[in-house]
Amino acid sequence: MSNSIWVFAEAKEGKIKKVALEMISEAKKMAEKLGGDVSAVLMGQNVEPLAEQLGHYGANKVYLADHEVLKDYTTDAYSKVLTELIKENEPSIVLYGATILGKDLSPRVAARLEAGLATDCTGVGLDDGKLTVTRPMFAGKAYTDISFSGSKTNMASVRPNALPVTPPDESKKPEIIKVDVNINPDDIRTTIQEFVKTAGERADLTEAEIIVSGGRGMKGPENFQMLEELADVLGATVGASRAAVDAGWKAVSDQVGQTGKVVSPNLYIACGISGAIQHLAGMSTSKFIVAINKDSDAPIFQKADYGIVDDLFKVIPVLTEEFKKLKADS
Amino acid sequence: MNSVVCVKQVPDTESVIKIKPDGSGIITDDLKFVMNPYDEYGVEEALKLKEKFGGSATILCMGPSRVVETIRTGLAMGVDKAVQLDDPAFEGGDAFATAKALAEALKGLEYDVIFCGKQAVDDDLSQVGQILAELLGLPHVSLIQKLQVADDKKSAVVDRQVEGGIEVLKVLLPAVLTTQKGLNEPRYASLPGIMKAKKKPLDVKDLAALGLNADSVGCNGSKTMITKYTAPPERAAGKIIEGEGPQETAPKLVQLLREEAKVI
Repeated sequence: MSNSIWVFAEAKEGKIKKVALEMISEAKKMAEKLGGDVSAVLMGQNVEPLAEQLGHYGANKVYLADHEVLKDYTTDAYSKVLTELIKENEPSIVLYGATILGKDLSPRVAARLEAGLATDCTGVGLDDGKLTVTRPMFAGKAYTDISFSGSKTNMASVRPNALPVTPPDESKKPEIIKVDVNINPDDIRTTIQEFVKTAGERADLTEAEIIVSGGRGMKGPENFQMLEELADVLGATVGASRAAVDAGWKAVSDQVGQTGKVVSPNLYIACGISGAIQHLAGMSTSKFIVAINKDSDAPIFQKADYGIVDDLFKVIPVLTEEFKKLKADS
Repeated sequence: MNSVVCVKQVPDTESVIKIKPDGSGIITDDLKFVMNPYDEYGVEEALKLKEKFGGSATILCMGPSRVVETIRTGLAMGVDKAVQLDDPAFEGGDAFATAKALAEALKGLEYDVIFCGKQAVDDDLSQVGQILAELLGLPHVSLIQKLQVADDKKSAVVDRQVEGGIEVLKVLLPAVLTTQKGLNEPRYASLPGIMKAKKKPLDVKDLAALGLNADSVGCNGSKTMITKYTAPPERAAGKIIEGEGPQETAPKLVQLLREEAKVI
Protein backbone atom coordinates (compact mmCIF):
# COMPACT_ATOMS: atom_id res chain seq x y z
CA MET A 1 0.00 0.00 0.00
CA SER A 2 1.30 3.42 -0.90
CA ASN A 3 0.61 6.82 0.59
CA SER A 4 -0.57 7.95 -2.77
CA ILE A 5 -3.73 10.00 -3.29
CA TRP A 6 -5.40 9.47 -6.61
CA VAL A 7 -7.79 11.76 -8.41
CA PHE A 8 -9.95 10.52 -11.25
CA ALA A 9 -9.60 13.43 -13.68
CA GLU A 10 -12.74 13.50 -15.78
CA ALA A 11 -12.33 15.05 -19.21
CA LYS A 12 -15.18 16.15 -21.38
CA GLU A 13 -14.99 17.61 -24.87
CA GLY A 14 -11.26 18.18 -24.68
CA LYS A 15 -11.30 19.82 -21.26
CA ILE A 16 -10.51 18.67 -17.75
CA LYS A 17 -13.49 19.23 -15.49
CA LYS A 18 -12.93 21.95 -12.92
CA VAL A 19 -13.85 19.60 -10.09
CA ALA A 20 -10.78 17.50 -10.97
CA LEU A 21 -8.55 20.55 -10.51
CA GLU A 22 -10.32 21.31 -7.23
CA MET A 23 -9.61 17.78 -6.01
CA ILE A 24 -5.98 17.80 -7.15
CA SER A 25 -5.45 21.11 -5.31
CA GLU A 26 -6.86 19.57 -2.12
CA ALA A 27 -5.04 16.26 -2.64
CA LYS A 28 -1.74 18.12 -2.85
CA LYS A 29 -2.30 19.61 0.60
CA MET A 30 -3.28 16.22 1.98
CA ALA A 31 -0.28 14.49 0.38
CA GLU A 32 2.07 16.95 2.07
CA LYS A 33 0.63 15.93 5.45
CA LEU A 34 0.73 12.24 4.56
CA GLY A 35 4.21 12.33 3.10
CA GLY A 36 2.84 10.89 -0.11
CA ASP A 37 2.22 11.98 -3.64
CA VAL A 38 -0.70 12.80 -5.92
CA SER A 39 -1.56 10.88 -9.05
CA ALA A 40 -4.27 11.68 -11.54
CA VAL A 41 -5.99 9.10 -13.72
CA LEU A 42 -6.93 10.39 -17.14
CA MET A 43 -9.03 8.27 -19.47
CA GLY A 44 -10.41 8.84 -22.96
CA GLN A 45 -9.29 9.05 -26.56
CA ASN A 46 -6.67 11.60 -27.63
CA VAL A 47 -6.57 13.05 -24.13
CA GLU A 48 -2.79 13.06 -23.77
CA PRO A 49 -2.53 16.85 -24.33
CA LEU A 50 -4.61 17.36 -21.17
CA ALA A 51 -2.19 15.47 -18.93
CA GLU A 52 0.28 18.31 -18.45
CA GLN A 53 -2.32 20.66 -16.96
CA LEU A 54 -2.95 18.14 -14.18
CA GLY A 55 0.70 18.53 -13.21
CA HIS A 56 0.35 22.29 -12.99
CA TYR A 57 -2.23 21.88 -10.25
CA GLY A 58 -0.23 19.35 -8.27
CA ALA A 59 -0.39 15.86 -9.79
CA ASN A 60 3.06 14.26 -9.57
CA LYS A 61 2.04 11.45 -11.89
CA VAL A 62 -0.64 11.02 -14.51
CA TYR A 63 -1.83 7.54 -15.38
CA LEU A 64 -2.93 7.96 -18.96
CA ALA A 65 -5.35 5.44 -20.45
CA ASP A 66 -5.79 6.65 -24.00
CA HIS A 67 -7.72 4.30 -26.22
CA GLU A 68 -10.47 4.26 -28.81
CA VAL A 69 -12.64 2.09 -26.55
CA LEU A 70 -12.54 4.82 -23.89
CA LYS A 71 -13.67 7.61 -26.21
CA ASP A 72 -17.16 7.65 -24.73
CA TYR A 73 -17.80 6.66 -21.15
CA THR A 74 -19.12 3.19 -20.56
CA THR A 75 -19.39 1.83 -17.03
CA ASP A 76 -17.85 -1.50 -17.95
CA ALA A 77 -14.77 -0.25 -19.80
CA TYR A 78 -13.94 2.55 -17.38
CA SER A 79 -14.49 0.45 -14.28
CA LYS A 80 -12.33 -2.38 -15.63
CA VAL A 81 -9.38 -0.13 -16.45
CA LEU A 82 -9.60 1.82 -13.20
CA THR A 83 -10.08 -1.22 -10.97
CA GLU A 84 -7.04 -2.94 -12.43
CA LEU A 85 -4.92 0.17 -11.97
CA ILE A 86 -5.98 0.55 -8.35
CA LYS A 87 -5.36 -3.14 -7.63
CA GLU A 88 -1.88 -2.91 -9.05
CA ASN A 89 -0.85 0.30 -7.29
CA GLU A 90 -2.93 0.29 -4.11
CA PRO A 91 -3.33 4.03 -3.52
CA SER A 92 -4.61 4.85 -0.04
CA ILE A 93 -7.22 7.33 -1.29
CA VAL A 94 -9.13 7.70 -4.56
CA LEU A 95 -11.22 10.81 -5.23
CA TYR A 96 -13.81 11.25 -7.98
CA GLY A 97 -15.88 14.25 -8.97
CA ALA A 98 -19.49 13.79 -7.84
CA THR A 99 -20.64 14.24 -11.42
CA ILE A 100 -23.02 12.01 -13.34
CA LEU A 101 -20.03 10.00 -14.56
CA GLY A 102 -18.30 9.95 -11.18
CA LYS A 103 -21.43 8.80 -9.38
CA ASP A 104 -21.98 6.04 -11.93
CA LEU A 105 -18.39 4.79 -11.93
CA SER A 106 -17.26 5.07 -8.31
CA PRO A 107 -19.72 2.59 -6.70
CA ARG A 108 -18.83 -0.02 -9.34
CA VAL A 109 -15.12 0.31 -8.67
CA ALA A 110 -15.60 0.46 -4.89
CA ALA A 111 -17.76 -2.66 -4.91
CA ARG A 112 -15.31 -4.61 -7.05
CA LEU A 113 -12.47 -3.74 -4.67
CA GLU A 114 -14.70 -3.96 -1.56
CA ALA A 115 -13.58 -0.43 -0.72
CA GLY A 116 -15.46 2.18 1.28
CA LEU A 117 -17.00 5.04 -0.68
CA ALA A 118 -18.65 8.27 0.44
CA THR A 119 -20.69 10.18 -2.16
CA ASP A 120 -20.93 13.89 -2.92
CA CYS A 121 -18.61 15.10 -0.16
CA THR A 122 -18.27 18.79 0.62
CA GLY A 123 -15.11 18.36 2.68
CA VAL A 124 -12.23 15.89 2.73
CA GLY A 125 -9.49 15.61 5.34
CA LEU A 126 -7.19 13.30 7.22
CA ASP A 127 -7.47 11.91 10.70
CA ASP A 128 -4.40 10.03 11.88
CA GLY A 129 -3.35 9.57 8.26
CA LYS A 130 -6.70 8.16 7.19
CA LEU A 131 -9.35 9.72 4.98
CA THR A 132 -12.30 11.41 6.65
CA VAL A 133 -15.02 13.30 4.83
CA THR A 134 -17.98 15.54 5.46
CA ARG A 135 -21.07 15.07 3.38
CA PRO A 136 -24.62 16.34 3.37
CA MET A 137 -27.62 14.06 3.74
CA PHE A 138 -31.28 14.87 3.12
CA ALA A 139 -30.09 17.19 0.35
CA GLY A 140 -28.31 19.35 2.93
CA LYS A 141 -30.79 19.30 5.82
CA ALA A 142 -28.09 17.48 7.82
CA TYR A 143 -24.34 16.98 7.54
CA THR A 144 -22.35 13.93 8.54
CA ASP A 145 -18.73 13.16 9.28
CA ILE A 146 -17.65 9.84 7.83
CA SER A 147 -14.72 7.60 8.64
CA PHE A 148 -13.59 4.50 6.80
CA SER A 149 -12.67 1.02 7.89
CA GLY A 150 -11.69 -2.32 6.58
CA SER A 151 -10.31 -1.53 3.16
CA LYS A 152 -6.88 -0.76 1.75
CA THR A 153 -8.17 2.01 -0.43
CA ASN A 154 -10.78 4.51 0.69
CA MET A 155 -12.81 6.49 -1.78
CA ALA A 156 -14.94 9.58 -1.98
CA SER A 157 -16.70 11.55 -4.65
CA VAL A 158 -16.44 15.30 -4.18
CA ARG A 159 -19.10 17.86 -5.03
CA PRO A 160 -18.12 20.37 -7.72
CA ASN A 161 -17.47 23.91 -6.41
CA ALA A 162 -16.98 22.64 -2.85
CA LEU A 163 -13.16 22.83 -2.68
CA PRO A 164 -10.97 25.77 -3.72
CA VAL A 165 -8.56 25.55 -6.66
CA THR A 166 -5.00 26.64 -5.94
CA PRO A 167 -3.19 28.68 -8.60
CA PRO A 168 -1.41 26.49 -11.16
CA ASP A 169 2.37 26.31 -11.38
CA GLU A 170 3.19 25.90 -15.06
CA SER A 171 6.76 24.87 -14.34
CA LYS A 172 5.54 21.61 -12.78
CA LYS A 173 5.46 18.74 -15.24
CA PRO A 174 3.89 15.44 -14.26
CA GLU A 175 5.41 12.04 -14.91
CA ILE A 176 3.17 10.41 -17.49
CA ILE A 177 2.58 6.70 -17.15
CA LYS A 178 0.87 5.13 -20.13
CA VAL A 179 -1.60 2.44 -19.21
CA ASP A 180 -2.18 -0.63 -21.36
CA VAL A 181 -5.87 -0.88 -22.15
CA ASN A 182 -7.05 -4.45 -22.61
CA ILE A 183 -10.76 -4.39 -23.17
CA ASN A 184 -12.57 -7.19 -24.87
CA PRO A 185 -15.70 -6.04 -26.74
CA ASP A 186 -17.65 -8.64 -24.74
CA ASP A 187 -16.65 -6.87 -21.54
CA ILE A 188 -18.91 -3.97 -22.44
CA ARG A 189 -22.56 -4.78 -21.88
CA THR A 190 -23.99 -1.43 -22.92
CA THR A 191 -23.78 0.25 -26.32
CA ILE A 192 -24.30 3.93 -26.88
CA GLN A 193 -26.70 4.30 -29.78
CA GLU A 194 -27.24 8.02 -29.84
CA PHE A 195 -26.63 11.24 -27.98
CA VAL A 196 -29.41 13.80 -28.12
CA LYS A 197 -28.13 17.21 -27.18
CA THR A 198 -30.67 19.17 -25.14
CA ALA A 199 -28.64 21.97 -23.61
CA GLY A 200 -26.55 24.65 -25.22
CA GLU A 201 -23.09 25.57 -24.12
CA ARG A 202 -24.14 26.18 -20.55
CA ALA A 203 -22.64 24.33 -17.61
CA ASP A 204 -24.68 21.63 -15.90
CA LEU A 205 -26.57 22.92 -12.86
CA THR A 206 -24.42 20.84 -10.52
CA GLU A 207 -21.28 22.49 -11.85
CA ALA A 208 -22.56 25.98 -12.67
CA GLU A 209 -20.97 28.97 -10.95
CA ILE A 210 -24.08 31.11 -11.37
CA ILE A 211 -27.66 29.84 -11.48
CA VAL A 212 -30.79 31.83 -12.32
CA SER A 213 -33.78 29.84 -11.15
CA GLY A 214 -37.52 30.31 -11.61
CA GLY A 215 -40.50 29.03 -9.68
CA ARG A 216 -44.26 29.16 -9.63
CA GLY A 217 -44.08 32.96 -9.71
CA MET A 218 -42.85 32.75 -13.33
CA LYS A 219 -46.51 32.00 -14.17
CA GLY A 220 -45.79 30.08 -17.38
CA PRO A 221 -43.12 28.50 -19.58
CA GLU A 222 -42.93 31.47 -21.96
CA ASN A 223 -41.70 33.74 -19.17
CA PHE A 224 -38.57 31.67 -18.66
CA GLN A 225 -37.19 33.43 -21.74
CA MET A 226 -36.62 36.39 -19.42
CA LEU A 227 -34.42 34.23 -17.21
CA GLU A 228 -32.58 32.86 -20.25
CA GLU A 229 -31.67 36.43 -21.21
CA LEU A 230 -30.43 37.21 -17.72
CA ALA A 231 -28.48 33.95 -17.73
CA ASP A 232 -26.92 34.81 -21.09
CA VAL A 233 -25.55 38.05 -19.70
CA LEU A 234 -24.16 36.34 -16.61
CA GLY A 235 -22.93 33.14 -18.25
CA ALA A 236 -25.29 31.35 -15.91
CA THR A 237 -27.35 28.17 -16.09
CA VAL A 238 -31.14 28.31 -15.75
CA GLY A 239 -32.80 26.16 -13.09
CA ALA A 240 -36.34 25.69 -11.83
CA SER A 241 -38.25 24.78 -8.70
CA ARG A 242 -40.29 21.60 -8.40
CA ALA A 243 -43.48 23.61 -8.86
CA ALA A 244 -42.26 24.88 -12.25
CA VAL A 245 -41.14 21.41 -13.34
CA ASP A 246 -44.30 19.68 -12.18
CA ALA A 247 -46.30 22.27 -14.08
CA GLY A 248 -44.42 21.19 -17.21
CA TRP A 249 -42.73 24.57 -17.72
CA LYS A 250 -39.21 23.23 -17.48
CA ALA A 251 -37.48 19.85 -17.97
CA VAL A 252 -36.88 17.51 -15.07
CA SER A 253 -33.14 17.95 -15.58
CA ASP A 254 -33.53 21.64 -14.65
CA GLN A 255 -35.05 20.98 -11.25
CA VAL A 256 -33.19 22.17 -8.16
CA GLY A 257 -34.09 20.63 -4.81
CA GLN A 258 -34.29 17.44 -2.82
CA THR A 259 -35.94 15.53 -5.66
CA GLY A 260 -33.89 17.34 -8.30
CA LYS A 261 -30.34 18.54 -8.33
CA VAL A 262 -28.43 19.73 -5.31
CA VAL A 263 -26.40 22.73 -6.38
CA SER A 264 -23.70 24.93 -4.88
CA PRO A 265 -22.95 27.82 -7.22
CA ASN A 266 -21.23 31.04 -6.20
CA LEU A 267 -24.44 32.90 -6.92
CA TYR A 268 -28.03 31.62 -6.94
CA ILE A 269 -30.72 34.01 -8.11
CA ALA A 270 -34.18 32.73 -7.12
CA CYS A 271 -36.98 34.35 -9.09
CA GLY A 272 -40.57 33.77 -8.04
CA ILE A 273 -39.52 30.89 -5.80
CA SER A 274 -41.22 30.86 -2.40
CA GLY A 275 -38.66 28.51 -0.85
CA ALA A 276 -40.31 25.19 0.02
CA ILE A 277 -38.12 23.23 2.40
CA GLN A 278 -37.22 20.68 -0.26
CA HIS A 279 -36.06 23.47 -2.58
CA LEU A 280 -34.06 25.25 0.10
CA ALA A 281 -32.30 21.98 0.94
CA GLY A 282 -31.09 21.74 -2.64
CA MET A 283 -29.54 25.19 -2.92
CA SER A 284 -28.63 26.38 0.56
CA THR A 285 -24.91 25.66 0.05
CA SER A 286 -24.81 28.35 -2.64
CA LYS A 287 -22.24 30.95 -1.61
CA PHE A 288 -24.59 33.90 -2.25
CA ILE A 289 -28.34 33.77 -2.66
CA VAL A 290 -30.50 36.48 -4.18
CA ALA A 291 -34.29 36.27 -3.94
CA ILE A 292 -36.74 38.22 -6.02
CA ASN A 293 -40.32 37.68 -4.94
CA LYS A 294 -43.31 39.92 -4.43
CA ASP A 295 -44.32 38.11 -1.23
CA SER A 296 -42.19 39.55 1.58
CA ASP A 297 -43.14 36.59 3.80
CA ALA A 298 -41.73 34.01 1.38
CA PRO A 299 -39.37 31.65 3.28
CA ILE A 300 -36.71 32.15 0.57
CA PHE A 301 -35.94 35.56 2.13
CA GLN A 302 -34.80 33.78 5.32
CA LYS A 303 -32.00 32.15 3.32
CA ALA A 304 -31.19 34.96 0.91
CA ASP A 305 -28.21 37.27 1.31
CA TYR A 306 -29.97 39.91 -0.74
CA GLY A 307 -33.65 40.22 -1.42
CA ILE A 308 -35.85 42.39 -3.56
CA VAL A 309 -39.53 42.39 -2.63
CA ASP A 310 -41.18 43.33 -5.89
CA ASP A 311 -42.79 42.04 -9.06
CA LEU A 312 -40.15 39.93 -10.78
CA PHE A 313 -41.53 40.80 -14.21
CA LYS A 314 -40.55 44.41 -13.55
CA VAL A 315 -37.27 43.71 -11.78
CA ILE A 316 -35.65 41.16 -14.06
CA PRO A 317 -35.53 43.22 -17.27
CA VAL A 318 -33.96 46.15 -15.38
CA LEU A 319 -31.56 43.83 -13.61
CA THR A 320 -30.55 42.27 -16.93
CA GLU A 321 -29.82 45.74 -18.34
CA GLU A 322 -27.77 46.64 -15.26
CA PHE A 323 -25.65 43.51 -15.58
CA LYS A 324 -25.18 44.26 -19.29
CA LYS A 325 -23.89 47.73 -18.45
CA LEU A 326 -21.55 46.28 -15.86
CA LYS A 327 -20.20 43.70 -18.31
CA ALA A 328 -19.75 46.39 -20.96
CA ASP A 329 -17.78 48.56 -18.52
CA SER A 330 -15.46 45.83 -17.33
CA MET B 1 -41.01 -10.41 -17.84
CA ASN B 2 -40.21 -10.35 -14.14
CA SER B 3 -39.11 -7.22 -12.32
CA VAL B 4 -37.88 -6.65 -8.81
CA VAL B 5 -38.06 -3.13 -7.42
CA CYS B 6 -35.76 -2.30 -4.53
CA VAL B 7 -37.67 0.13 -2.36
CA LYS B 8 -36.53 2.19 0.59
CA GLN B 9 -38.69 3.93 3.14
CA VAL B 10 -37.49 7.49 3.79
CA PRO B 11 -38.68 10.62 5.60
CA ASP B 12 -41.01 12.71 3.44
CA THR B 13 -39.12 15.45 1.58
CA GLU B 14 -41.24 18.09 3.33
CA SER B 15 -39.78 16.96 6.68
CA VAL B 16 -37.68 19.15 8.90
CA ILE B 17 -34.67 17.07 9.95
CA LYS B 18 -33.62 17.44 13.59
CA ILE B 19 -30.31 16.16 14.90
CA LYS B 20 -30.01 14.42 18.28
CA PRO B 21 -28.19 16.63 20.81
CA ASP B 22 -25.25 14.21 21.00
CA GLY B 23 -24.90 14.13 17.20
CA SER B 24 -25.44 10.37 17.05
CA GLY B 25 -28.32 10.46 14.62
CA ILE B 26 -31.49 12.22 13.60
CA ILE B 27 -34.67 12.41 15.66
CA THR B 28 -37.16 10.13 13.96
CA ASP B 29 -40.12 10.46 16.37
CA ASP B 30 -42.14 13.03 14.43
CA LEU B 31 -41.12 12.03 10.95
CA LYS B 32 -43.61 10.95 8.33
CA PHE B 33 -42.16 8.07 6.32
CA VAL B 34 -42.94 7.47 2.66
CA MET B 35 -41.66 5.45 -0.26
CA ASN B 36 -38.47 7.03 -1.64
CA PRO B 37 -39.81 9.21 -4.50
CA TYR B 38 -37.30 7.81 -7.02
CA ASP B 39 -38.39 4.25 -6.18
CA GLU B 40 -41.97 5.09 -7.15
CA TYR B 41 -40.79 5.42 -10.76
CA GLY B 42 -39.35 1.90 -10.52
CA VAL B 43 -42.65 0.54 -9.19
CA GLU B 44 -44.59 2.22 -11.99
CA GLU B 45 -42.19 0.96 -14.65
CA ALA B 46 -42.35 -2.60 -13.27
CA LEU B 47 -46.16 -2.45 -13.47
CA LYS B 48 -45.99 -1.22 -17.06
CA LEU B 49 -43.68 -4.09 -18.02
CA LYS B 50 -46.05 -6.56 -16.37
CA GLU B 51 -48.99 -5.09 -18.28
CA LYS B 52 -47.13 -5.33 -21.57
CA PHE B 53 -45.29 -8.63 -21.25
CA GLY B 54 -47.01 -10.48 -18.40
CA GLY B 55 -44.88 -11.89 -15.57
CA SER B 56 -44.53 -10.46 -12.13
CA ALA B 57 -43.48 -7.41 -10.17
CA THR B 58 -41.89 -7.88 -6.76
CA ILE B 59 -40.86 -5.36 -4.12
CA LEU B 60 -37.70 -5.94 -2.11
CA CYS B 61 -37.45 -3.69 0.92
CA MET B 62 -35.13 -3.64 3.91
CA GLY B 63 -36.23 -2.24 7.23
CA PRO B 64 -38.10 -2.70 10.50
CA SER B 65 -41.87 -3.21 10.85
CA ARG B 66 -42.66 0.42 9.94
CA VAL B 67 -41.61 -0.25 6.31
CA VAL B 68 -44.59 -2.60 5.85
CA GLU B 69 -46.75 0.45 5.23
CA THR B 70 -44.52 1.49 2.33
CA ILE B 71 -44.49 -2.06 0.98
CA ARG B 72 -48.31 -2.11 1.12
CA THR B 73 -48.38 1.13 -0.85
CA GLY B 74 -46.48 -0.61 -3.65
CA LEU B 75 -48.70 -3.70 -3.46
CA ALA B 76 -51.77 -1.44 -3.63
CA MET B 77 -50.37 0.17 -6.78
CA GLY B 78 -50.37 -3.29 -8.33
CA VAL B 79 -47.15 -5.07 -7.37
CA ASP B 80 -47.76 -8.81 -6.90
CA LYS B 81 -45.65 -9.70 -3.89
CA ALA B 82 -42.94 -8.44 -1.60
CA VAL B 83 -39.91 -9.53 0.35
CA GLN B 84 -38.99 -7.61 3.49
CA LEU B 85 -35.51 -7.96 4.98
CA ASP B 86 -35.93 -7.39 8.69
CA ASP B 87 -33.24 -8.14 11.22
CA PRO B 88 -31.48 -5.91 13.77
CA ALA B 89 -28.23 -7.09 12.18
CA PHE B 90 -29.10 -5.18 8.98
CA GLU B 91 -29.33 -1.84 10.78
CA GLY B 92 -26.88 0.96 10.29
CA GLY B 93 -25.40 -0.48 7.13
CA ASP B 94 -23.73 1.64 4.46
CA ALA B 95 -24.50 1.16 0.76
CA PHE B 96 -22.11 -1.77 0.46
CA ALA B 97 -23.52 -3.69 3.42
CA THR B 98 -27.09 -2.95 2.35
CA ALA B 99 -26.46 -4.05 -1.22
CA LYS B 100 -24.88 -7.24 0.08
CA ALA B 101 -28.09 -8.28 1.84
CA LEU B 102 -30.28 -7.18 -1.09
CA ALA B 103 -28.08 -9.14 -3.51
CA GLU B 104 -28.42 -12.26 -1.39
CA ALA B 105 -32.21 -11.91 -1.33
CA LEU B 106 -32.27 -11.34 -5.10
CA LYS B 107 -30.53 -14.67 -5.66
CA GLY B 108 -33.77 -16.31 -4.57
CA LEU B 109 -36.00 -14.22 -6.87
CA GLU B 110 -36.72 -14.30 -10.59
CA TYR B 111 -35.93 -11.17 -12.50
CA ASP B 112 -35.18 -9.77 -15.94
CA VAL B 113 -34.89 -6.23 -14.64
CA ILE B 114 -34.03 -4.87 -11.19
CA PHE B 115 -35.10 -1.30 -10.52
CA CYS B 116 -33.56 0.95 -7.88
CA GLY B 117 -34.27 4.63 -7.37
CA LYS B 118 -31.31 6.70 -8.59
CA GLN B 119 -30.73 7.62 -4.97
CA ALA B 120 -32.59 7.58 -1.68
CA VAL B 121 -33.54 11.07 -0.56
CA ASP B 122 -32.38 10.39 3.01
CA ASP B 123 -28.72 9.40 2.70
CA ASP B 124 -28.39 10.61 -0.92
CA LEU B 125 -25.72 8.00 -1.59
CA SER B 126 -26.59 7.01 -5.15
CA GLN B 127 -24.63 3.78 -4.72
CA VAL B 128 -26.85 0.80 -3.97
CA GLY B 129 -28.02 0.12 -7.55
CA GLN B 130 -24.53 0.13 -8.98
CA ILE B 131 -23.09 -2.00 -6.15
CA LEU B 132 -25.97 -4.44 -6.44
CA ALA B 133 -25.25 -4.86 -10.15
CA GLU B 134 -21.59 -5.52 -9.39
CA LEU B 135 -22.38 -8.08 -6.68
CA LEU B 136 -24.80 -9.91 -8.99
CA GLY B 137 -22.47 -9.73 -12.00
CA LEU B 138 -24.97 -7.66 -13.99
CA PRO B 139 -24.69 -4.52 -16.11
CA HIS B 140 -26.39 -1.38 -14.88
CA VAL B 141 -27.58 1.88 -16.35
CA SER B 142 -28.10 4.79 -13.98
CA LEU B 143 -30.55 7.71 -14.28
CA ILE B 144 -32.95 6.20 -16.80
CA GLN B 145 -35.81 8.33 -18.11
CA LYS B 146 -37.22 5.97 -20.75
CA LEU B 147 -37.24 2.20 -21.12
CA GLN B 148 -38.08 0.04 -24.11
CA VAL B 149 -37.61 -3.69 -23.63
CA ALA B 150 -36.97 -5.70 -26.81
CA ASP B 151 -39.61 -8.26 -27.78
CA ASP B 152 -37.22 -11.11 -27.01
CA LYS B 153 -36.67 -9.54 -23.54
CA LYS B 154 -32.92 -10.07 -23.89
CA SER B 155 -32.06 -6.39 -24.14
CA ALA B 156 -33.51 -2.95 -23.61
CA VAL B 157 -32.98 0.52 -25.00
CA VAL B 158 -32.93 3.24 -22.38
CA ASP B 159 -32.67 7.00 -22.34
CA ARG B 160 -30.27 8.19 -19.73
CA GLN B 161 -30.00 11.73 -18.49
CA VAL B 162 -26.44 13.04 -18.71
CA GLU B 163 -24.90 16.51 -18.74
CA GLY B 164 -26.15 18.46 -21.70
CA GLY B 165 -28.39 15.81 -23.15
CA ILE B 166 -29.84 12.35 -23.33
CA GLU B 167 -27.73 9.29 -23.97
CA VAL B 168 -29.58 6.45 -25.69
CA LEU B 169 -28.09 3.12 -24.63
CA LYS B 170 -28.73 -0.50 -25.39
CA VAL B 171 -28.20 -2.76 -22.39
CA LEU B 172 -28.24 -6.53 -22.15
CA LEU B 173 -30.77 -8.00 -19.71
CA PRO B 174 -30.93 -8.90 -16.93
CA ALA B 175 -29.70 -5.55 -15.67
CA VAL B 176 -30.05 -3.09 -12.83
CA LEU B 177 -31.66 0.18 -13.89
CA THR B 178 -31.70 3.20 -11.60
CA THR B 179 -34.72 5.40 -12.09
CA GLN B 180 -34.86 9.16 -12.46
CA LYS B 181 -37.76 11.58 -12.40
CA GLY B 182 -39.28 11.88 -15.88
CA LEU B 183 -39.39 8.10 -16.49
CA ASN B 184 -43.15 7.96 -15.93
CA GLU B 185 -45.98 9.27 -13.77
CA PRO B 186 -46.41 6.85 -10.86
CA ARG B 187 -50.04 5.82 -10.46
CA TYR B 188 -52.02 6.21 -7.27
CA ALA B 189 -53.28 3.16 -5.47
CA SER B 190 -56.97 2.51 -6.18
CA LEU B 191 -59.39 1.55 -3.42
CA PRO B 192 -59.75 -2.04 -4.73
CA GLY B 193 -55.95 -2.08 -5.00
CA ILE B 194 -55.65 -1.13 -1.34
CA MET B 195 -58.08 -3.89 -0.36
CA LYS B 196 -56.23 -6.49 -2.42
CA ALA B 197 -52.83 -5.40 -1.10
CA LYS B 198 -53.70 -6.71 2.34
CA LYS B 199 -53.88 -10.25 0.98
CA LYS B 200 -50.82 -10.20 -1.21
CA PRO B 201 -47.84 -12.30 -0.11
CA LEU B 202 -45.22 -10.58 2.05
CA ASP B 203 -42.24 -12.77 2.82
CA VAL B 204 -40.21 -11.54 5.79
CA LYS B 205 -36.61 -12.71 5.87
CA ASP B 206 -34.05 -12.33 8.62
CA LEU B 207 -30.29 -12.81 8.57
CA ALA B 208 -30.53 -16.58 9.05
CA ALA B 209 -33.03 -16.92 6.20
CA LEU B 210 -30.58 -15.19 3.88
CA GLY B 211 -27.78 -17.42 5.11
CA LEU B 212 -25.48 -14.47 5.65
CA ASN B 213 -22.97 -13.90 8.40
CA ALA B 214 -23.72 -11.03 10.81
CA ASP B 215 -20.25 -9.62 10.08
CA SER B 216 -21.08 -9.03 6.43
CA VAL B 217 -24.16 -6.82 6.86
CA GLY B 218 -25.33 -3.76 8.78
CA CYS B 219 -22.77 -1.77 10.77
CA ASN B 220 -20.35 -4.68 10.92
CA GLY B 221 -20.29 -5.19 7.18
CA SER B 222 -19.90 -1.49 6.38
CA LYS B 223 -16.82 0.10 4.91
CA THR B 224 -17.84 3.59 5.98
CA MET B 225 -19.22 4.84 9.28
CA ILE B 226 -21.05 8.00 10.19
CA THR B 227 -19.20 9.34 13.21
CA LYS B 228 -21.23 12.49 13.74
CA TYR B 229 -24.35 14.30 12.54
CA THR B 230 -24.45 18.06 12.53
CA ALA B 231 -27.00 20.66 11.53
CA PRO B 232 -26.19 22.59 8.36
CA PRO B 233 -24.48 25.94 8.84
CA GLU B 234 -27.20 28.50 9.55
CA ARG B 235 -27.70 31.12 6.90
CA ALA B 236 -28.58 34.42 8.45
CA ALA B 237 -31.37 36.26 6.70
CA GLY B 238 -29.76 38.96 4.62
CA LYS B 239 -30.61 42.40 3.45
CA ILE B 240 -33.83 43.40 1.82
CA ILE B 241 -32.86 46.01 -0.73
CA GLU B 242 -35.03 49.07 -0.26
CA GLY B 243 -35.87 51.53 -2.98
CA GLU B 244 -38.54 52.98 -5.20
CA GLY B 245 -39.05 50.25 -7.75
CA PRO B 246 -36.58 48.30 -9.90
CA GLN B 247 -34.89 51.44 -11.24
CA GLU B 248 -33.47 51.91 -7.74
CA THR B 249 -33.26 48.37 -6.38
CA ALA B 250 -31.71 46.61 -9.39
CA PRO B 251 -28.60 48.86 -9.58
CA LYS B 252 -28.17 48.55 -5.81
CA LEU B 253 -28.27 44.77 -6.07
CA VAL B 254 -25.71 44.73 -8.87
CA GLN B 255 -23.43 46.97 -6.83
CA LEU B 256 -23.70 44.73 -3.75
CA LEU B 257 -22.99 41.60 -5.79
CA ARG B 258 -19.93 43.24 -7.26
CA GLU B 259 -18.49 45.10 -4.31
CA GLU B 260 -19.67 43.25 -1.22
CA ALA B 261 -20.22 39.67 -2.38
CA LYS B 262 -17.62 39.90 -5.18
CA VAL B 263 -19.37 37.19 -7.19
CA ILE B 264 -19.84 39.17 -10.41
